[in-house]
Amino acid sequence: MAANTSILRRPLAPTGIWAWMTTVDHKRIGILYGVTAFFFFMLGGMEALIMRAQLASAESTLVSAATFNALFTMHGTTMVFMVVMPSGAAFFNFLVPLMIGARDVAFPRLNAFSYWLFLFGAILMNFSFFMNAFPDMGWFGYAPLTSNEFSISNSTDYWVLGLLVMGIGTTAAGFNFVVTILNMRAPGMTLMRMPVFVWMTLIVAFLIIFAFPPLTIALTFLLFDRFFDTNFFVDIGAGSDPLLWQHLFWIFGHPEVYILILPAMGIVSDVLPTFTRKPLFGYTMVVFAGVVIGFLGFGVWVHHMFVTGLGPWANAAFAATTMAIAVPTGVKIFNWLATLYGGSIIFKTPMLFALGFLSMFMLGGLSGVMHAVTAVDSQQSDTYFIVAHFHYVLFGGAIFGLTSGIYYWFPKISGKMLSEPIGKLHFWLMFIGFNLTFMPMHILGVIGMPRRIYTYAEDMGFEPLNQIVSGGSLIIALAIVVFTFNIARSVRQGEPAGDNPWGAPTLEWSIPSPPHHYNFPVIPTVRSQYPLWDENANVVLPPALPAHNEPIMPDPSYWPIMLAFAITMVAGGLIIWQGHAIAGLTVISSMGLLGMRSIFGWVLEPMEDEAHVSAHH
Amino acid sequence: MWAFLGSDVLFFGTLIATHLVYRGQSVSGPTEGILDIPVTSLSTFVLLMSSLAMVLALSGLQRGKMGEARFWLAATALLGSVFVGFQMYEFAEFANEGLTPRTNLFGSTFLIMTGFHGTHVVIGIFWLWSLFFSTFNGKIHQGNSLEVEIAGLYWHFVDIVWIVIFGVVYLVGAYGAEEHVHEATHSAAAIFGLG
Repeated sequence: MAANTSILRRPLAPTGIWAWMTTVDHKRIGILYGVTAFFFFMLGGMEALIMRAQLASAESTLVSAATFNALFTMHGTTMVFMVVMPSGAAFFNFLVPLMIGARDVAFPRLNAFSYWLFLFGAILMNFSFFMNAFPDMGWFGYAPLTSNEFSISNSTDYWVLGLLVMGIGTTAAGFNFVVTILNMRAPGMTLMRMPVFVWMTLIVAFLIIFAFPPLTIALTFLLFDRFFDTNFFVDIGAGSDPLLWQHLFWIFGHPEVYILILPAMGIVSDVLPTFTRKPLFGYTMVVFAGVVIGFLGFGVWVHHMFVTGLGPWANAAFAATTMAIAVPTGVKIFNWLATLYGGSIIFKTPMLFALGFLSMFMLGGLSGVMHAVTAVDSQQSDTYFIVAHFHYVLFGGAIFGLTSGIYYWFPKISGKMLSEPIGKLHFWLMFIGFNLTFMPMHILGVIGMPRRIYTYAEDMGFEPLNQIVSGGSLIIALAIVVFTFNIARSVRQGEPAGDNPWGAPTLEWSIPSPPHHYNFPVIPTVRSQYPLWDENANVVLPPALPAHNEPIMPDPSYWPIMLAFAITMVAGGLIIWQGHAIAGLTVISSMGLLGMRSIFGWVLEPMEDEAHVSAHH
Repeated sequence: MWAFLGSDVLFFGTLIATHLVYRGQSVSGPTEGILDIPVTSLSTFVLLMSSLAMVLALSGLQRGKMGEARFWLAATALLGSVFVGFQMYEFAEFANEGLTPRTNLFGSTFLIMTGFHGTHVVIGIFWLWSLFFSTFNGKIHQGNSLEVEIAGLYWHFVDIVWIVIFGVVYLVGAYGAEEHVHEATHSAAAIFGLG
């Protein structure tokens, strides 16, 4: 039998560490993404707190300039690639199949593979800390800071390889969700009946598969520059041009911004109707605004480069597209406001965070569109104004939206309610702490404080505002402690949630909390955008199926984690190779072989273990 | 699969764009003059024929003629291998004449771009042989010809990318860059502050 052809027996136990390491269940993978992202959120948060401690007083000597460089580089890289993106992925994984009435994603093992690549890539990059080579050239890695000449240790190598490994996983996840959403929908779940969150996932998946290739190529060029002495980005004398890196990075980097924010927009678009008790205003407009954002997102990258002196043509064209992309975003904001108008608003914690998103993201959007004016942009580039702007978008926008999603769907994920009073305390601490931290940064930027400086002189007048900022960051830290307590408390002794604690309208609330491993006892037929609110189209599903009648789900597999491990170790082997050629080549070749073995094991393995299937019947 | 190919277009698009932007910027070492158009035309022809073989393989399988399907699958893979052989010969020749990725910008962009393409061809060859052997143990049969069709999509795509590289890099490169092509890429590059 096929099961016997693999070295390892197929892991079929339902619980325990092996079950989690070999799982292909989209719900478990979603939880893994979420927990991992939260861990890195704490890590990135610590980095931020150390920076704020350093900047709290003028001419502080808490950390050195070099350490500070490493801190802001890894804070940015961690928060973008290891926190906000995987948090989005956690929601995609857990929710999309439940929302479209499917039993799993299209490619369950590929899904597991994406997660393990993300985890191992993140570990590889952070491993640099223990090798005393923490990346320190800024999260967008501008040439020539990344060259062998200016980045002598392996720090940039860890950064490049970590991003490449994570990028493979992310791209694979992009394909997976495009195919899942287009092909796995339940009968009657037409595209225009999908929850807005699913729509935003679809757009993000497309953005990923079109934005990551340029990044991959740019990183590959950089890899060759560093490992094989090519000359893509550094030596102007030899004809190359450091600006090319900026172009390639931001062609990826701006769609990336929408990869980060669209999941939060989707979450809020589904939370608002539930807590206003009325359908989303202008569903079609919200969906199409998302699509337009997706397209325009590829045409605005030069606004990150206005001060590089590209000349009036590029600046004018990209100023226009940057102003244009504010239009669909504005459309969404007005639709959300119109959803609130006349609704019976219920102020539960998810709703508070959704409203926090709405107000804070709007401020971030307003300070963002100011940069479409190149003259203003030149004034504000590389000041704390920029830092304030993107934290309003990424923290006030993405993190508030994602937190709203956690409070909203935690009952579905765990079967337990989170505490409302503690949740409200969390919200208010976070909201106040957030504004104390980032609002003064606008002013600091305007009065001339540059970003990425590790200290400042006393007579510059930056100190009072910096003290407020640092105080605010402590309040955010306190809010996170409260949040962690809330989760821990509910996991142990939360109120049982029931199927649909919020009276929500979408398909995932029609099944028990937490859902069966096969999601839906029978695949529902959908006849409405809000099936649980629509009396004529309501979905009533039978209770759990008897065990002998359960649908056969894909069985767990070792191969995704093995292949991800092999790929990561090949990348690690490249770094070893720089110091010890023989050891490096040994690692690369042995891990390459393991990778090949894993690919063949993967391809030749049937979806369900045959012994398992026959035992079933 | 279509989504994957769309993504791959961006992948090669970035590589080719970088090559074009850096065209004529090399300050030393051999550049486009080194390209051997007759030899590469031959290898291009071989790759094109492999696409024909791929079509015939799929058509054989769809009609349930396993013998035909196997013959043409093997033919596709072999023609692909011949193409890779040509490319290895070409790279070796270039190395003899002193062009490696670290020689100059032309070397870096050209060799990494065509190297990536060659890697795609090699992956395709592995894929084709896997399908070939799977026809013997019954895993590939008339009923799941979609498996072969998907591999075919990939193979034709890799082929089309080569046509673009051959046209834009080899022909434009070797025949002295019709002025307007040259100007167009450079004025585009100038708008973005490159070159």
